[in-house]
Formats: sequence, C-alpha cells, structure tokens
Amino acid sequence: MCAIAGILNLAAAPAPTEAALRRMLAMVRHRGPDEFGVLLAPQVALGNARLSIVDLTGGQQPITNEDGTLWIVFNGEIFNHVELRAELEARGHRFTTHCDTEVVLHLFEEHGPDCLQRLNGQFAIAIWDQRDRSLFLARDRVGVRPLFYTQAANQFIFASEIKSILAVSPVAAKIDPVALEEIFTYWSPLAPRSAFRGIPEVPPGHYLVAKAGKISVRAYWQLEFAEPAAEKSATEYEEEFHHLLTDATRIRLRADVPVGAYLSGGLDSSLIAALVRQLGVSRLDTFSIAFDDQKFDESQFQREMAAFLGSEHQVVQATHADIGNIFPAVTWHTEVPVLRTAPGPMFLLSKLVRDRGLKVVLSGEGADEFLGGYDIFKEAKIRRFWARQPDSQCRPRLLARLYPDIAALQTAGPAYLKAFFGHGLTATDAADYSHAIRWRNNRRNCRLFAPDFAAAIAAQQNGGSAGPGCPASFQQWGELQRAQYLEISVFLSQYLLAAQGDRVAMAHSVEGRHPFLDVRVMEFCNRLPARFKLRGLTDKFLLRQVGRKYLPEKIWRRRKRPYRAPIHRSFFHATTPDYVRELLSESAVAAAGIFNPVAIRQLVAKLESGRAVGEADDMAVMGVLSTQLVHRQFVQAFRAAEPLAAADPVKVCRLG
Amino acid sequence: MNHTKEIRDFIITNFIFGDAAALQDKDDTSFLDSGIIDSTGMLELVMFLEQTYDIKIEPEEMVPENLDSVNKVAQFLSRKLAKTAGAA
Repeated sequence: MCAIAGILNLAAAPAPTEAALRRMLAMVRHRGPDEFGVLLAPQVALGNARLSIVDLTGGQQPITNEDGTLWIVFNGEIFNHVELRAELEARGHRFTTHCDTEVVLHLFEEHGPDCLQRLNGQFAIAIWDQRDRSLFLARDRVGVRPLFYTQAANQFIFASEIKSILAVSPVAAKIDPVALEEIFTYWSPLAPRSAFRGIPEVPPGHYLVAKAGKISVRAYWQLEFAEPAAEKSATEYEEEFHHLLTDATRIRLRADVPVGAYLSGGLDSSLIAALVRQLGVSRLDTFSIAFDDQKFDESQFQREMAAFLGSEHQVVQATHADIGNIFPAVTWHTEVPVLRTAPGPMFLLSKLVRDRGLKVVLSGEGADEFLGGYDIFKEAKIRRFWARQPDSQCRPRLLARLYPDIAALQTAGPAYLKAFFGHGLTATDAADYSHAIRWRNNRRNCRLFAPDFAAAIAAQQNGGSAGPGCPASFQQWGELQRAQYLEISVFLSQYLLAAQGDRVAMAHSVEGRHPFLDVRVMEFCNRLPARFKLRGLTDKFLLRQVGRKYLPEKIWRRRKRPYRAPIHRSFFHATTPDYVRELLSESAVAAAGIFNPVAIRQLVAKLESGRAVGEADDMAVMGVLSTQLVHRQFVQAFRAAEPLAAADPVKVCRLG
Repeated sequence: MNHTKEIRDFIITNFIFGDAAALQDKDDTSFLDSGIIDSTGMLELVMFLEQTYDIKIEPEEMVPENLDSVNKVAQFLSRKLAKTAGAA
C-alpha cells in the first residue's frame, strides 16, 4: 500500500526530472513512509512511496518485467495474487520478488488492459510500456484507492493525491464551482470531478491510456443488478454468501505484517471480526472509537463484542473539541470539503492503529450498500407504498417510525409528513426517486453561495451539475437495486471510501481492507433477489442469517445507528478554535469569494446563540468551514513539503 | 397587533441566511414548497413563537395552514394571542 505519482510528456519537452518526482513523493510520505522508488526515462518519470505490507524486504518499486519493457508503480493489494502468480509462472513468467505488484505487471504483459478482469483487490496502477511508449493507469472497481490527473503545458501529471500534482503543476489550484454544488448536494463531487478545476480522477472501474499525445478513458467493469431468471433457495443463497464472505476475509489476511480489525459495535464489522477469529487467527487486535457524548457512543456494544471475540481491544476517546481541533488536518488529507462528520473520528482511529504499531485493518464498508442496510432504502419502500394511496393518513406514519430520533417527525401531523416526505411522492419512475428528498434537502445549503459564485455555476453547461448518470440497463432493475446503484456510485465510491476511508486511514499510514467489496461478494449481492436484502423493513436479511451463526443475538439483531454527532459543538463551544473564527470572519469569507458573507454571519450567529440547530445547519457549517479550509490549504496558501532528501531510501531506475 | 415583520425577520435570519430582500413581497410563499424549512426548522419556528409570545402550541395546531408562510404564521399568532387575551 502506497502512493504513486508520475509525469508524462505529451509533446516534445525536456525529460521529467528526478527532482520533480522527489517533490511529488515528499507530499505523500504518510501513504508510504517505508521506502521510495523512481523510474526516469526520456519521456516519462514514475514514482512510488511504499508502505511495505507484502514482501517487506524484496518488493521495492518500481518493478520491471523480464526484458525491461514494462515498468509498474502500484498502490494497493491484489488479494488473489498467490493464485495468479501460480498461473503466470506456469506460462513461463519469471518473478524477482514475492509481492503482488509484480503479479499485476506480468498479468498486464500477458493480457494487456484485460488483466483488470482477473484482479480481486483494491488498487491504483500505473504501467509504462516502453514498447509502444504508452502509459496505462487503472483504478479498482469501486474506488477504494484514489488516482487523479491533470494536463498542463504538454505534460500529463498523475498521482494518488492532488497535493502531489500541485507540487509540480505549472497551474495553481482553483475550486471547481460545479464540484462544490455537487458536494453540497451529494456530499461529494460526482465522478470524474474532484474539488478542483481541471484535476479529474480516473473513475472507479475505469482505466486510462496516454499514448501519442492522446488520452482515452474506458470502463472495464460496471455495477450490474440484473437478477437471474432462476432463483435459488434461501439455504443455497445463505451457504454461498457465507462461503464467499469467509473467503474474501481469508484472502484479506494475506500480509507479512499483523492485520487488525475496526469494531464499530455494529453487525457488519462484528461479523468480519468473527470470521477472522473463525479462520484461526490467534491474536486479533480490534480498534474502536468511543465518544464522550453518550448519545453517539457505542462503547458498550464494542466492548461486549470484543470480549465475545477475545480480541485485544483498543479504544480512542473522542470529544467534540477533539474533532474541532483536528479538522484542518483532516481536510489536508481529504482534499475536498466534507459535510459529514465521520472523517474526524476515523482520522483519530487510524492514529490509534499506527500508534499501536499496526499497518492493516479489516473493516465492514460495503455491507450497507450491497445488502440494503441504509434507512434510505426503507424510506423509498415506504414512499412507494404510500404513493399507491397518496391520501392515506397512516401510511406516512411509517416514516415517523423509521426515524425515531427526529423529534419533529414524532409530533408532526399527516399534513407535515406529507410536506416533508411527500415531495414527488407519485413520481415513482423517476431515476432518483429514492434519493430525491435527501438531495433536495441538502441542496438548500447552496443558498449560502456568493452571487458571483452561484452565477459561475449557472453559466456552466446544463446550468450546473448534470447529476449522477445511470447505465442503460438501470430502468430494468428492481426498485431496491436502483436505489442501491445510486448509493454505491454516489455515496460509497465518491465519499465513504474516499474522505471517510482511504484518506483518513492513509493519513496515518494505515491500509484498510474491505471483505464486503470483494468482487465475488459484490457480484453475488447484486444478483440477489431484493427480499434477501430488504425483507419488509428488515435490512441486510441475508447478512443477519449468516450473522446468527457467529454473533450474540444483541449484535446480529442490531438496528443501524447512523452517526449523527452535533457537529456544531465541535466548532462552537467554550473554546472555539481560532481557525474557526478566522475562516468564518466576514473578511475571510469575502476574500475566498465562495460564500455570501452576510449569510455566513447569520449562520454563525445562529450557531453561537445555542438555539436549536438541525442537521441541515450542522451540514451547512461543516460545508462552509471545510470549503474555507480547503481553499486556504490548496488554493490560497498551498505549501509543498521539502523534497525527498539524500537520506531517504530512494531506488532510482533509469531507462534509455 | 401585526407581527408580520418580526416573523419575517426571524425566518430570514434563522433559515434563509441572506438579505431581507429574499422574502420581500413574498409573505405568501410556502416555506415547505420553497424548501426554506425542514422538519427541524418547523420545531425551531414553534419554539420561537412559544418563547417570544408566551403561548403554547399544541401538536394538532402544527399544520401547514397555520405555519407555512409569513402571513399564515402572522394570522395564526394573532388568533392565539386574541384567545389568550380573552381568557385572561
């Protein structure tokens, strides 16, 4: 696990330099603290910063093939590398290391871009092909690992993190107004945008080829939810799922370092940890966050589960003030404004893992998306039920029962329930039916934009964001599956695995691994009939059936608890951090030119007054504050780190 | 007594976060249709009315007819205050 970076000349130009690569890699030491490698060729330079996990002594990058015509730098893990290596060796390929990176290279040598179909893992790949002078970049199917690029002054520059690109790009960063509209609506930019103009990502499930001055991007995998004609029995589904999830966990334990597990106290991570135990791992380190605020704390469940597993359980305590204090460090790593609160606690959690000497953890991401765990899936189901009798008084009451923590809904009469959830009620064929209310509510915070900024959005093609695209087969999928597609492509890939996942884990050199995102598990779940995922209003039905075998009843029956910390308490309390006052001041807001200073003044006044503040206002302050931070850190005052020094262990390879 | 201006000011400062111009000549605009207020916002409005005017609003009174625009709130408030004054 690592960072990659590189520069390719698209037209005749001086060769990219070692100094440039040393600047790029120095920005991402946190992703790869152990050793570095650089390939220098007349037209291209590639670099890698390594977090050594497989083949600790032998796997330094860049790695080349038998005749030096292919060179790879790689960020990620290929969990089926053992099996793939055996096949390749049988076909005559010769290996010089024991690491999975080399397997990718030889598989590419054998199959070209089709090699991606064989990979079961999480990755960002860059391969230089000396034979036809082409650069091949690829990203895993759902975007666990990041990969960005830009084209400037006849150069193609790519990197795991945008900060590496900014360290060498002749073009300074600028916030993309449409990306910000998307962040305020969808909680993240939509693929392929990043927060910055002209710096897109290679989308999940895609590869990019740069050759003869031209760039092309193609998909190699898509989310597909077509249900097979013939259904299997419940027992068959359960056995197959059990087998696949266990094997996905087994191969994610492959490492030359210890592997720990995150334990949230919920069903998903508890099951993964239980499977690890069941696979015969003798010592399991588990890690959790505990909150001072009792309303959000799940320590009791975490402790019980850890005791049940007999794990070495380690906990980091998070106060509201802690979250406020680390927030600037968090945005430096996320490289994007965030409207959700979890990246902060996840940042603290990875620090704990690092402090305890571990580099790898398993976690439960993906179960809610692929097995129908979220409330939004139930909400869509209830709304469709209500839409069949729009004047029903009792059908909308189901929504109040779905959200027992939202006080207003419990007292609201049918008229208000209709007003809040009934918008577009009967437009059940709309592609975004399941998510329209969430996105409409989120979008309210776009009113905070400064008039010029809002005008810049409106001036774009489509008058702003085109919204998430859907594949041709979308309308043929079932209703639950359509909602899942949106949640996976928008929420999971663009936000959860990025800002809340990879970025804040790698901030402390910790690699997360996700058994639920094993390609076989994802494809199995996508073929499941809906009722094995959402049965009535019971979510993750099949997962709970498997969970019964391993977990205490209290855990496998647990209702999902969304993390809804009152974020404003992290920023407006007895000792509000200085940066908060400074960045939300009228002068700072006016200078950045993104938000309306009058609006922000009123928002801040409301938050400081202690009057009741809802989720929308929490998101508003997070959105504004994190945008101001990102603007300060990347646009206004970007500072490159000291380049890699002579003392850093850098392997330099030269070509031609 | 007409409380329209106070109510309008509260809506603008507490929900719209913008210039007073945003709600000018729009005292009949539906809060819900325009997305100005969400479910928690409704409770904030109720709390503001109860605390500022020393009244008690019953759950069955929390309906759009009473609360969904500046004018509706003003009229609802006048009726409540008249009733309280009458009872005193």
